[in-house]
This record gives sequence, C-alpha cells and structure tokens, in this order.
Amino acid sequence: MSLIEVQSPGLLTTVQDLGREGFGPVGVSPSGAADPISLRIGNRLVGNAEGAAALEMTLVGGTFLFPERSVVALAGSDFGASLDDVAVDMWTSVEVCSGQTLRTGPTRTGARCYLCVRGGIEVKLFLGSASTHLLSGLGGFDGRALQKGDVLRIGTAGGTFRTFRKGSVVGWALKQLLPRKILRVTAGPQSDWFYEATRKAFYAGTYRLAEESNRMGLRLQGTPVTSSSGGEMISEGVSLGAVQITAGGLPIILFVEQQTTGGYPKIANVISADLSSLGQLRPRDEIQFELVEMEVARALLAAQEKLLATKELIVE
Amino acid sequence: MRFQVASDQSLLVYFDPAAKKGEAEGPPPKEQITLEAREQVRRLLRLLELEPIVGVRNLHPAYGSLLIKFDALKLRHDELENLLRTYVERMRSVALPEPRLVEIPVCYGGEYGPDLNEVAELHQMTVEQAIELHASARYLVYFLGFAPGFAYLGDVDEQLATPRLPSPRKSVPAGSVGIAGRQTGVYPISTPGGWRLLGRTPLKMFQPDRAQMSLLALGDRVRFVPIAPQQFVKLALGNA
Repeated sequence: MSLIEVQSPGLLTTVQDLGREGFGPVGVSPSGAADPISLRIGNRLVGNAEGAAALEMTLVGGTFLFPERSVVALAGSDFGASLDDVAVDMWTSVEVCSGQTLRTGPTRTGARCYLCVRGGIEVKLFLGSASTHLLSGLGGFDGRALQKGDVLRIGTAGGTFRTFRKGSVVGWALKQLLPRKILRVTAGPQSDWFYEATRKAFYAGTYRLAEESNRMGLRLQGTPVTSSSGGEMISEGVSLGAVQITAGGLPIILFVEQQTTGGYPKIANVISADLSSLGQLRPRDEIQFELVEMEVARALLAAQEKLLATKELIVE
Repeated sequence: MRFQVASDQSLLVYFDPAAKKGEAEGPPPKEQITLEAREQVRRLLRLLELEPIVGVRNLHPAYGSLLIKFDALKLRHDELENLLRTYVERMRSVALPEPRLVEIPVCYGGEYGPDLNEVAELHQMTVEQAIELHASARYLVYFLGFAPGFAYLGDVDEQLATPRLPSPRKSVPAGSVGIAGRQTGVYPISTPGGWRLLGRTPLKMFQPDRAQMSLLALGDRVRFVPIAPQQFVKLALGNA
C-alpha cells in the first residue's frame, strides 16, 4: 500500500472526483472537482480513469512526501511545483522516487491545481463518490480539508508499473481549454422577471469575485441587478452554474457544493462548457457574462468533449 | 403543467397553475401552491425513480416543481419534454408509499432553542403557547433540499409564522428545530442557517450508513413531541 504524507496541506486541499449525481431527492448535491476538465486530464496523464479521486488544492498548494515510488501529474493552475527542489512541469506525468517531496506554493495563474496520482487517492466512498462535501462534512478524507500530518492511501486501480513513460498535454489543446473570464450563459428560468434595461446592464457589466466565494457559491460584486419580484419566489430546484440574484441585487453563481433548491430568481445559467472555468476564478477576478443560444451551448459542449476524447491530447 | 428550460443540462417541470407563463412580468403569488401540485411532484418523482430515463442524471423536487438534470450530449430539452409527457399521463396509477407519521422529540427553549423567547414575545404570547402551537400541528414533508436530509415541513400556524433572522448564524447545531415564515424544519447537520431556532431534537436526521439515510421522506407526516432536557440527554446518549 503506497501512501502520501501531508507535510503541509496548503490553504484548502480536499479529495475530489467527479462527484455524486442522483441524490437530489435527499438534498445531497454532487460536489466534485471545481474544475473537472483539469481533473480528467490529470488523471489521464497518470494512466487513471478520468474520474479517479485526486487532491484539489486552492490558491496555495501543500507539501507532500511520497515514501514509495509513484507517478503524479499536476493539472489546472500553476502552483509553482517542485520535486526535491527541481521544478516540475504542469500538465505532464512525473515519476516520483521513494522518499521524494513534492512542494507547491501560491498560485501563479488561477484558483485550483489538481495533484493526480497513479492509482488515485483511496478514501471510503460516500454515496459512490470520494468527493468531499465541505459544508456538510461528508465524503472525502474524514469529510474535511487535509491537515498537516494526514496520511493518504494511494489506490491500486492503476495496477503496478515497471517502466515510466512521460506524457504531456499538447499545447494547442491547452490553449483551447484555457479558463475563460467572459462566461457564456443561457437565459435563466426567471430571466423574464428582470426588466429589459436591467438585463442589458447585467450583460454589459463587469463583476468581481468576492472573497467570501467558496465551493458552494461564487459571490459577485458590481452593479446590483434588481428584479421585478423584489428577489423572492417559491423555492425550486436549482441548477449548477445558475446565476441567482439575491434580495440585495448581487449575483451568486451556484457552484459544486450548491444547495439543491433555492428561492432566488435566476437571470442566467453558465453553460456546461464553461463550468470548469468557474473553478479557476480567484477572489477579485473580474468577469463578464455573454448570452448565447441553447444550440450554441450544446455545440460548444460537444466540441469540448470531442477535444477531450482525442487520442492526440497527450503525447509522449 | 409547464416546462421551463433552466440550463443547457436541466429542465424544470412546474405543476403549479399559478406559475403559468405569459402573465405580466413578475412572480406568481406565493400562497398558490396547491395540494394537487405537491401530489403531482411526488408522483412524477416516484415514477422517474421506478423507471429512470436514460440520460437523466439527477432530480431536484421542490414545492410545486421538479428540476431534472440530464446529460446534454444524450438528450435534448424537447426530447426530454416528450418523454416526460408520457410519464405524466401514466403517473396517476403510480403506487405511492403509504405516508408515515414520524414523531420527533424536541427539547424546546433554553440553550437548545435560543430564539424561542423572542418568537413568543414577537407574537405576544407565552413561551408555553408558542411551544403548544408548534407541537400541536401535523406537518407534511414537502421536499428535501438545502442540505443532506433537510426536510421542508409545513404549514406552521399563522399565529407563529416568523421571518428568518436578519442575518444568518454562522453555525447552527445539528438537530436544531427552526421556523422560517410558515415553514419548519430540523437541521440534520451543523451548517450556517437563518431560521429561528425553537428547540433541538436528539434524533439523527441524516445518517449515511443507515438503511434509510434520511429520517424523513417526501410525503411523510411529522409531529413534534416536547421533551424535558433530561430526556434529551438520555435519548442523545442512546443514539451515540
């Protein structure tokens, strides 16, 4: 059994996979990686199934000791990783020799970096998923963020390996998958509760991600958006990426640890193809919204999935 | 019934006649969720659980509506709508589980119900009257949402209806029994929350390793039974 010793956890590091779908009727939201595209690619780099559990680091990464030989990859934002003081490339599989230490630091780009390990991180599954749901303290490693001294088990799903072959993600694909600051949205279920002028102002405006944002919701600051309802309605099921307008007029984008239902009107909904971009937004980042037709949203998702499925995505 | 696109991977089904489209800009009146709409949500949810539609990934029931999340690469909104129409036609004959009556012991007031005094004062009644009003009613589980195992129960007696706290507590202990407007509910886990807290139950509302994860299910009836602090401690120890 291979292990990882957490020498320093970083700001907020959790075990995540692609989440648990299907438990809306009992009030459990999927959780899962905030930037699932990076998680999926990182897992492919180390030879795992796309949805294997990995470590999601937030803004400032941690330090991890590997007592045994392992293969790892870092995907997502550049946290300035080094292996025994030698810089490590992003988006590349890396062989770790027994006793080596992987260090990461503050981010140089976006909000999250995934540390994927061949075999995946092994934790007790909660409702079929390894994902941590921080708010409810369920899933992942004891339902919480990692702490100094934690010891993680590496799974055996990757099998044993003899020879290590380095793989990297091709540059043109990474360029196409770059996180966006102009988020494409489709109209929300209550978009007609907002006056035309309000909607125009929303799409023309620039919003800043507030410090209080977390995996449950991304809170935005900027020109308040007022709805004709005064911000209240009957609670209904809410969708990932929904842009809900609170009573004070400030938007909150529902994120991976979202409530399953909510009582604020939704002016827009981030398209599926741009959900991973949400996971890379940092506090104080400025974003804008761009309205697209449903057909466009569908085509963008299909194109993204096609790109992710290409064999040439990773080259040796 | 009305369909509403919610996102590129979700569709809302409204059963509430008040939520008809084409009305002037503005929300439907809040009090218009009929019992029939609630029943229809329950039936459609049940049928979708019994006969899942390929490509449907999640279901979010609420008062008079159901949000259906699906794989956008496998299903289109119009295809899903057509399938759902056939489900709605058939759902009358779905056998619903017999609603259970669940009794929830609650220790009212004191450290367990920090807002009880204020709520009673607000309505110019005694603490005993407030407890009596909350505990004498039979509530219906409308749906589960917000957090794992959090059941929205209604309706609280009009004389006791109280708005949420102006600013939510950072942490509400698990088991806390609160009210918000004419809704009442039990916090299954410790979370931030803005409901006014009247008491606390020693029961575990949500337990992942239990056969029935959530103590309450859609359609159940609930009654709160006042208990003394000594009983609370005894029951809490028994659950540990």
